[in-house]
Amino acid sequence: MLKQLTNVNVWVHDQDEALAFYTETLGFELRDDVTVAEMGNFRWLTVGLPGQDVALALLAVPGPPVFDDETRAAIDTLVAKGAAGGLFFSTDDVHKTYEELKSKGVEFSQEPTQQPYGIDAGFRDPSGNQMRVAQLSE
Amino acid sequence: MVTPVPTARHLLRARDLADARYREPLDVATLARAAHVSPAHFTREFRRAFGETPHRYLLTRRLERAAALLRNTDRSVADICLSVGLTSVGSFTTSFGKLYGMSPTAYRAAHPPASNRARIPTCVLQAYARRH
Repeated sequence: MLKQLTNVNVWVHDQDEALAFYTETLGFELRDDVTVAEMGNFRWLTVGLPGQDVALALLAVPGPPVFDDETRAAIDTLVAKGAAGGLFFSTDDVHKTYEELKSKGVEFSQEPTQQPYGIDAGFRDPSGNQMRVAQLSE
Repeated sequence: MVTPVPTARHLLRARDLADARYREPLDVATLARAAHVSPAHFTREFRRAFGETPHRYLLTRRLERAAALLRNTDRSVADICLSVGLTSVGSFTTSFGKLYGMSPTAYRAAHPPASNRARIPTCVLQAYARRH
């Protein structure tokens, strides 16, 4: 049977911009950054949170021959609309996390708000991907 | 190769602003500025991207938040109206009725009283309910 979840694909608009955001702003560590010249300069770029194995593969939406131009543009648009899924994080102190990220210029769509399960806040990565961070109730 | 930033990303920034700052006197012109789109094009572009006008999007967010406050607090309808960024109780009641099919007061009555749902520690409740 399946053993572990290792990587989760996150479509990003600009891999350099995403790398800077996830590492410098959010505190992820770089795991892999490999560009394969013989595969149309495909760049395998992964980051993970320190202490957690699972990584995010920050991938650019490929053009032909993987996706035709129309499909690629459609995915790019969905990401930009915030409609391409999202990432959910936990934190010990959501107010502190909010202040830290806000001071680094992160775009928040929701400030920390009390919910039945805890307190959470919503923000975006530069590409438009939805991110949420929650301080869960005991 | 990086393609130009899709217009939708700028429109999403405007939508996020509506989500984040609905309590403030936001208007469509402010949202248009956040999207770097001229006000003349903004409403049409927003609607094409998200299926409703920015005005409608903002109003719906405010009404949803008002509904939550009606369910979860015992604050007055007028107070709730103001706290979600709306200024006229009359038009709040009308818009609320269109979305929820009943008045704010009826909506509140149709839900269990907030005091039943609030997690007030029992020892606190008992202390305040003590007779003397």
